[in-house]
Amino acid sequence: MSATMDNNRAAAAGGKRYLWLWGAVVALLPVIGGTLAWLTGWDAMWFFAPVFLYVIVPAADYIVGEDSSNPDESAVQALEQDRFYRWCTYAFIPVQYAVVVWGAWLVGGGTLSWVALIGLTWSMGILSGVAINTAHELGHKKPTIEKWLARIALAPVAYGHFYVEHNKGHHRRVATPEDPASARMGETLYQFMPRTVLGSLASAWEIEKTRLARQGKSVWHPENENLQSWSMTVLLFGALTAAFGWAVLPFLLIQAAIGASLLETVNYIEHYGLLRHKTAEGRYERCQPRHSWNNNHIVTNVLLYHLQRHSDHHAHPTRRYQALRHFEEAPQLPTGYAGMIVLAAIPPLWFRVMDPKVVAHHEGDLRQAHLHPAKADSLLDRYTASAAAT
Amino acid sequence: MARYRCEECGYVYDEQAGCVSEGFPAGTHWADIPDDWPCPDCAVREKPDFIQVESR
Repeated sequence: MSATMDNNRAAAAGGKRYLWLWGAVVALLPVIGGTLAWLTGWDAMWFFAPVFLYVIVPAADYIVGEDSSNPDESAVQALEQDRFYRWCTYAFIPVQYAVVVWGAWLVGGGTLSWVALIGLTWSMGILSGVAINTAHELGHKKPTIEKWLARIALAPVAYGHFYVEHNKGHHRRVATPEDPASARMGETLYQFMPRTVLGSLASAWEIEKTRLARQGKSVWHPENENLQSWSMTVLLFGALTAAFGWAVLPFLLIQAAIGASLLETVNYIEHYGLLRHKTAEGRYERCQPRHSWNNNHIVTNVLLYHLQRHSDHHAHPTRRYQALRHFEEAPQLPTGYAGMIVLAAIPPLWFRVMDPKVVAHHEGDLRQAHLHPAKADSLLDRYTASAAAT
Repeated sequence: MARYRCEECGYVYDEQAGCVSEGFPAGTHWADIPDDWPCPDCAVREKPDFIQVESR
């Protein structure tokens, strides 16, 4: 085989190679806002991060478009082993921590206006939400170092139980009524939010309780990974409060809540209305490409380490982000997550865009879909009637 | 002592070593592992999906 062909293959596989560095740049969003405010003297500039997430990224997705290319199968192993890609995710974490300390220092200094303070807190929450995505990529991997980095990235978001619940809970039960983090058709984001937050917390606790009980240990044993992760948050928030004063604590708690709600909004999108059925053996069928919503818009995919190639991720959770594939048979979202979270926040608009997609995905047979029990009858009536009319 | 492999991610359960962090001490037989036990690495396969590895 010629050297040129090898090079071409490598190029096809690693087409986004240097773009992945943008993931860590996103961690700088609050600083970019602060710098713009300082340069212009205009406090509204502190809102740069929300504008970036809710306006600039959806627009950029629309303009830049989609990429459905997959790495050549023969190149996947080399791609997975190329350490450059993991360093891109590792690099996020020191930037994240530096920005959290910087933010706490500014808040503690007491010189910010209310407008600046609100903008900074919101921006920090967005950074925390994106940090959960970095932690997500790392937490699925087998090397111990990556598992620990995942939990370190979750500490500023106070969401350390995600590491336990997502891997051992959500992935097992995805797209079933037992999964708190899989949304049902007809369920609004605001109904989903408390169900996923509380349900995931309870699930994480239960998973560790079961694991420790097998070892003959109490759920309160220091080996409980939830307690370990939450302790990291207590230490971090305690140290920042001790260093910069009490004003820092509400700032940290509010930004953590914003970060967590961003993650849960993405959870809402990823499996909306999709359902795995039970096989004759009484077990759920394996998670298939049809059980996750996907999207190939380049900008959001680059900023979120291919999270939107979600079907491949659920089929192969330990597969590294750079090697995740697009599947033709997987249902596709109309735009990237950045645009979809805006849509999710407005339930009537969400239902209008997504419900027909759920219907089409199930070829009109909503009995195959994951329906919100309270809405099941009306959804079946409405869409069965509309299918009969056409 | 037998070994069983998760065909999704390649994790191997070795009866000789057990899986201490999951609460199965060294020497725990495969038969004593509950059926709903998921692979500790990928969690998308459970005990019945594991394949016995040829003895060494």
